[in-house]
Amino acid sequence: MEAHTLVDGTAKKKKVKRNLAERIPNGGWLAISLIAALLFWTILSLIPSTSRSFPNVFLVVESIGTMMQRGVFWKDIGSSLISVTSGFSIGFILSLPVAIVMAWYKPIRFIIEPWIQFIRNIPPLAYVPLVVISAGVGRTPQIIVITIATFLVMSITIYQGIKNIDPTLIKAARVLGAKDRDIFMRVIAPASLPFIITAIRLGTAVGLTSLIAAESTGAQAGLGMRIRALSNTFESSPMLLYIIIIGIIGLIFERLVKLLERRLTGWQEKRDV
Amino acid sequence: MAGKTGRVKVKINQVKKIFDSRNGEVVALNGIDLDIHENEFVTVVGPSGCGKSTLLNIIAGLEKPTSGTVSCDGKEITGTGTERGVVFQQYALFPWLTVKGNVEFGLKLQGIKGKEAEEIARKYIKLVDLQDFINHYPKELSGGMKQRVAIARAYAANPSVLLMDEPFGALDAQTRTQLQEELLHTWDSEQKTCFFITHDVEEAILLGQKVVIMSARPGRIKETVDIDIPYPRNQETRMTQEFLEKKNYIWGQVYQEYLAVRK
Ligand SMILES: Nc1ncnc2c1ncn2[C@@H]1O[C@H](COP(=O)(O)OP(=O)(O)OP(=O)(O)O)[C@@H](O)[C@H]1O
Ligand SMILES: [Mg+2]
Repeated sequence: MEAHTLVDGTAKKKKVKRNLAERIPNGGWLAISLIAALLFWTILSLIPSTSRSFPNVFLVVESIGTMMQRGVFWKDIGSSLISVTSGFSIGFILSLPVAIVMAWYKPIRFIIEPWIQFIRNIPPLAYVPLVVISAGVGRTPQIIVITIATFLVMSITIYQGIKNIDPTLIKAARVLGAKDRDIFMRVIAPASLPFIITAIRLGTAVGLTSLIAAESTGAQAGLGMRIRALSNTFESSPMLLYIIIIGIIGLIFERLVKLLERRLTGWQEKRDV
Repeated sequence: MAGKTGRVKVKINQVKKIFDSRNGEVVALNGIDLDIHENEFVTVVGPSGCGKSTLLNIIAGLEKPTSGTVSCDGKEITGTGTERGVVFQQYALFPWLTVKGNVEFGLKLQGIKGKEAEEIARKYIKLVDLQDFINHYPKELSGGMKQRVAIARAYAANPSVLLMDEPFGALDAQTRTQLQEELLHTWDSEQKTCFFITHDVEEAILLGQKVVIMSARPGRIKETVDIDIPYPRNQETRMTQEFLEKKNYIWGQVYQEYLAVRK
């Protein structure tokens, strides 16, 4: 009994020391991280050599009002969201069948895959002028650029996921009486769901990162377009504001995908990376 | 009592299997002849890589022989069929389905739905003692529990031939013993023909009416040993003179093959 409490006591002591990091709740860490970032930002805004790029927090917050007064704030956010979500949606809808066809029919894979890999490595900004030549200016070229970029990354991701499905699962289904159709609906589809969600995550991220390129097609509004316009007048406060807004949108997308993931693939073996 | 009825259920005739791999041809099976009778329990032992799983895959219809034929109930096997159920060496559970979903998988494909499917599933889940885990996902189960789900899934589809590839290999001794006895019970009560691969010689003798010893590559049947110990067999059977004699003999034969592989 005594020995037991002794052991218990030392274990507790150790635990207290070791788990200092765990005693602060996650929300607490978020606050600490935010404060640290704000501190860092403020330091940058005080150092002469960086202060012109990093106006202080108050100036940036103030610029929300400026942009609203100009009547562009919500228009820019709305326009970019429309471009990103439509480009992403079209890219997703195209990538699914292409990925399936590539995984199912070898000849098609051999013909298509190298080109997807090839174009995937080209920054979208490089082919924007070509898109504009054919599609003109306005909403269409924006959506086309984002569609291309998201389609490429998503089709490859989904295809590789389907290809890596454990073949014994397909065998197990076959011996239980599954025909090709059943294999597709009851094995391939659910087994590739985690990869489809990974593809969505990568797709939304790529959609956002290609925003600047997409909106360099003579867009009338948009976060990316506005950043370029503001850079011509050296208005760094609203520029920084817009950059932060793009980051926040990215975070929101990420959260939404996480939610989807938890709902749809809770069965998955956790692979913490 | 199940046993040889004289009727041949699965006939393996001069089966050869050659794999083309990057390092040239691999002769996995080289002229296998074997008759498995209706309701017979055949166990297969042999060194690793001698072609046991390959033979099972061919009987299952998952793999085609390079030459030779396999027939079931007199019909040549050209693909999978629900009269032949398989328990794989790897559990091969569907991770997105619960225990119940996995066990019902084959039933649904056979058009059995709703209450009826559920009842059958429950029966077999209970048989492998997993009724408390019926709504768990495979990731929440231990290795032994996963293997039990795989067994229940195969049983539930009600095949007349059960092909099992080292199904108890990953289990602890107690679970293994329990499942061995349950398997013998099911085999006896449900009139099934069993083809059971193991690398455990004792298990092969305890379960089988016939132990097929396979020789090292290229895979051939070295010898078939009849086990005449009467059923029901249980753990005490392991202590009998007859059992020990068979064990010594088969061990010797298998060991020779292990040595051959080493060389
Ligand atoms: N798909 C394949 N392609 C090429 N070679 C294969 C393939 N499947 C099996 N082989 C080869 O055939 C031989 C027999 O393999 P098999 O899996 O049947 O052995 P096994 O007796 O089941 O072994 P173990 O006891 O380790 O499971 C091995 O040499 C293996 O390398
Ligand atoms: Mg094997």
